[in-house]
Amino acid sequence: MLTMNKLFAPIAIVAAGMFAYAPFMILNAPYESTMGLVQKIFYFHAACGMALFLAAFVSGIGSAIYLFARKPWADRLAVAGAELTVIVGLIVLVTGPLWARKAWGVWWQWDARLTSTLVMWLIFNAYLLLRRYGGPGSDKLAAAVALFGMANVPFVYWSVNVWRTLHPKTSVIPSLGPGMRGPFWFCVVGFLLVSTLLLAVRVELEKRRQELDELYLAAEE
Amino acid sequence: MTRTARTLLVLFVLLWAPPLQAQDPAKPAQAAAQDGFVPVDSPINPEDAMPAPRLVAIAYGFIWVVLFGYLWSVRSRLARVEREMAVVTRRIGAGGK
Repeated sequence: MLTMNKLFAPIAIVAAGMFAYAPFMILNAPYESTMGLVQKIFYFHAACGMALFLAAFVSGIGSAIYLFARKPWADRLAVAGAELTVIVGLIVLVTGPLWARKAWGVWWQWDARLTSTLVMWLIFNAYLLLRRYGGPGSDKLAAAVALFGMANVPFVYWSVNVWRTLHPKTSVIPSLGPGMRGPFWFCVVGFLLVSTLLLAVRVELEKRRQELDELYLAAEE
Repeated sequence: MTRTARTLLVLFVLLWAPPLQAQDPAKPAQAAAQDGFVPVDSPINPEDAMPAPRLVAIAYGFIWVVLFGYLWSVRSRLARVEREMAVVTRRIGAGGK
């Protein structure tokens, strides 16, 4: 955590700069031949999708460590990861339909990719609700829920290749043209940096909350 | 209507709303690319680009609002916890004297 404290300011400056510059790169990127301008949502939508997978993995791995090794830092990481999953998941689930409305003619399709993403997002919402209202012992139950949420990630990722869907396949990213590849990976790096920072701030909040609980216990004695 | 009947009605509506709402895709001029994106230098036609800027602007605006909103939320929660910690620490200190 000490290293993260030292790195926080430089990473924040780089991430803010990337976020400010990203729209200009996207503006200069070529249009897509079948979807036109609306395809530019892809640069943030897909980058956010990658941050969603990362956050779900952080929460799931943190929960596994907490369940089997009872490490408090792992629980803090799991909570932070779950909250970030819900936040970036919300972005993915809102920007996707905005793109779909123009590209497909509908806001939403109950296909494998969209439905599995929604289910994963709901699982992490359930995790947060359990933590908030579950009462004593809910941390372990919630950790098991996060494991199920993480197990969903491979299904979400490969769903577009396995089932019939309107959603672009995973082959889109490796096959991006030179004019699209640069802005896309720039956005991915920017989003992953922002996600790391948000995760670090949220972990710090959880740590301070645990310290506050200990202080209350000390005050009662 | 009893409470159970009302609950069942709400559940029924919630379960059946998505399939009933499902629409046939309004056929776009061309099928959207699925296997790979083909870059071109300008929008396919001016009409096609008309509604898209609004959707793109909403998407990017939403992303910025959510991320900054979340950062502000975490920062304010952190500040509240810090304030509460200061109060409890003072209380412990006063009690110890």
